[in-house]
Amino acid sequence: MVKTLDKVDVVTVGVGWAGGIIASELGKAGVKVVGLERGENRSTEDFQMVHDEYRYAIRYDLMQDLSKETITFRNNPGETALPMRQFGAFLIGTGVGGAGTHWNGDTWFFSPYDFEIKTMTDKKYGKNKLPKEYLIQDWGITYDELEPYYEKFEKMAGTSGELNPLRPERTRDYPTPPMKSTPMLDRFEKAATNLGLHPFRLPSANISEAYTNPDGQTLNQCQYCGFCEKFGCEYGAKSTPNVTVIPTALKTNNFELRTHANVVGIHHDGKRATGVRYVDVQTGEEFDQPADIVVLTSYTVSNARLLLLSDIGKPYDPNTGTGVIGKNYCYHITPVVTGFFKDKFNASMGAGSLGTTLDDFNNDNFDHSDLDFIHGGSITMKQLGKRPINENAAPKGTPNWGKEFKQKSIEYFNRSIPVTSQGTSLPHRNNYLSLDPTYKDAYGNPLMRLTYDFTEHDHKLHDFISERCAEILHEMGADKVETRDLMEHFDIVPAHNDHITGGVIMGEDPETSALNNYLQMWDMDNVFVIGASAFPHNGGYNPTGTVGALAYRAAEGILKFKEKDGQLVKAKDSSRA
Amino acid sequence: MSDEKKAPDLSRRKFIKNSGYVAGGAIGGGILTSLIGTSVWNGDQKTAPETTTNNADSYNRALMYFRRRKDFEILSAATERIFPEDENGPGAIALGAPYFIDHQLAGGFGNNEKEYTRGPFSEGTDYQGYQSPLKRHEIFSAGIQAMERESQENYGTSFVDLEGEQQDKILQKFQDNKVKMKHVSSAYFFDQLRTATLSGVYADPLYGGNANMDGWRMKEFPGSQMSYIQQIESEEFIDIEPSPLKDHL
Repeated sequence: MVKTLDKVDVVTVGVGWAGGIIASELGKAGVKVVGLERGENRSTEDFQMVHDEYRYAIRYDLMQDLSKETITFRNNPGETALPMRQFGAFLIGTGVGGAGTHWNGDTWFFSPYDFEIKTMTDKKYGKNKLPKEYLIQDWGITYDELEPYYEKFEKMAGTSGELNPLRPERTRDYPTPPMKSTPMLDRFEKAATNLGLHPFRLPSANISEAYTNPDGQTLNQCQYCGFCEKFGCEYGAKSTPNVTVIPTALKTNNFELRTHANVVGIHHDGKRATGVRYVDVQTGEEFDQPADIVVLTSYTVSNARLLLLSDIGKPYDPNTGTGVIGKNYCYHITPVVTGFFKDKFNASMGAGSLGTTLDDFNNDNFDHSDLDFIHGGSITMKQLGKRPINENAAPKGTPNWGKEFKQKSIEYFNRSIPVTSQGTSLPHRNNYLSLDPTYKDAYGNPLMRLTYDFTEHDHKLHDFISERCAEILHEMGADKVETRDLMEHFDIVPAHNDHITGGVIMGEDPETSALNNYLQMWDMDNVFVIGASAFPHNGGYNPTGTVGALAYRAAEGILKFKEKDGQLVKAKDSSRA
Repeated sequence: MSDEKKAPDLSRRKFIKNSGYVAGGAIGGGILTSLIGTSVWNGDQKTAPETTTNNADSYNRALMYFRRRKDFEILSAATERIFPEDENGPGAIALGAPYFIDHQLAGGFGNNEKEYTRGPFSEGTDYQGYQSPLKRHEIFSAGIQAMERESQENYGTSFVDLEGEQQDKILQKFQDNKVKMKHVSSAYFFDQLRTATLSGVYADPLYGGNANMDGWRMKEFPGSQMSYIQQIESEEFIDIEPSPLKDHL
């Protein structure tokens, strides 16, 4: 027996950064919003026992319950996908705040090159720079158009940082100064400068000093306790939805947060959505929540999956290259180069986005004429705070158990540090999301099927960036410098990177994208889909800053749509426009 | 900390390594328990103090998953080879890692809580991860039996009675995926055993391992500190007495 509830203006599916931003912005404008979140509520008080590596980083206390829902995976369309039964390559958050609760906090803004990657690559390197299997396309928006929304996000989040010498288009300062530096980060900066590179402090959501945002929410000063990624912050010193946009939304009295509510479908008549159906995960009761506007604000795979389950938008077909839902699934290619030093440093002290970074090998900041790849990645040394179960770096040739392992992993615990990169991941024709024909979730609905493998481009980019990382570590005086090889094929087991993107991408043409540049669906005017799912490719920076900026833009779009029904953007180059 | 922690008596270590399990296996759990407690680090387990500040003597040093003492002894011996006692300090047994694993196997970890366990099951490629219908506790039990079987077949004696190097050879076979196990690869079992051992060595002592925070001390990891804001910029390495989660209550 499904219970039908009273209609609301807007319903969001998921309450993380995207859902929180929509709720706060619409709530402030007097719009009634219901936020449906499958997980539980939580706030700073829930993290009093958070300094527990085993509970949070090994047993994944804050992550999705895979017994209820997971994905299936295969490397290519010729294989049979099987369920990801345990977490490995990437983690998926859950609960109020979503991945925004347990993120490290690197707060980036994508480059002008990212947003116009197709046009600018063709112009500079010709139309045949990449094989045609790589589906790069412009985003339907420029950096300049998105800049004001990045500003909104950063001011809300209190981002700590300093200007990037290689991004002159940005002139506005960060709301708070950079975090403290450390001896190891100072050495990275000096070595990079010696090599003629342009290091600067990593923009961070671990806030360098107490900050009150324009909504009146106060963030506290980061204590450098070393428990950020996979953990919540017990100080309220990391910008998360839980301490910013969600309390702001609740303060308006226009936002109702409904937890343990797992959305299983969107109701629609083919032209417009009329609401959503959800299951109370504690009792099994089903509810229909009618709404004028439906906003999907879940994680990448969940956004695409709900559209496919609800038969909204045309599913992508890799054989014909037609359709859009599930298309342009991307990742982050993650070079990790470890420096082993003779000196000892305070490796346990740190913060999630305490780091120094450089952009010399990112975007189109270096000439790719003689290289067989495009783009690159930010190169960063971070002092995250090492934890002992997971951190057992030892020079190559050391066994991973036994006497020598013990000796070396102890010796190098405070004497090694990696330089890493968020390497750009380009869309490939065969990398996509679709519904699995066999495996189901706890509610009987098909799981999302991921078809993904590393591409030749990934390998070339990875190896090039790894060499640059190694050069810096050598200049820093590392005793040994060791690179990690990119596996020939993507493997669902070893931890690689949590940044998965695409599947419901934005663009300028309904034939090749699902959303316009307000993240409004081309095929259904009153559905907006917000998240890294909207990225046509994943650039050389961590994604959250761009998710936040796009969410602020979508909030503005929703308010416009409430004023005047219909498409907010005229499609380009399309027979359907 | 006492100097003995840094420089244990070599002959004593050898005794524990090579004859401790014999004694434990032959005589009974009481002696085994005293041998594998952190009390050995006090220099003489017979005169170990009744009341200590560590968790070595606590009542939760008992078994909630394993039914047979022998299985626990085999597990213990394997963890000690993965993380042996050496000049850096105690090994997995003295740190209580076997108890940690026993307790974890009885709960969510052993029963694959929050993992996808629905069928159908098929083996998959090398890149598709774990695909067995077996629960983790079943894999540990099967793995321990397989270690004992390997020992009996190759050496004609129990795993716990082997020399350390012989135990290593058997463990290496598991890691190299050269031991046949039902519905699971021996490499997967070994990987789980290794990770569980390191978790028992380094997890907060609240879970029953990392006795006296000695795992942390060896790595010079200060545990759960509230703040490093006054120290983060220091050029010098700062030695900090570790702090456990229980101090947060």
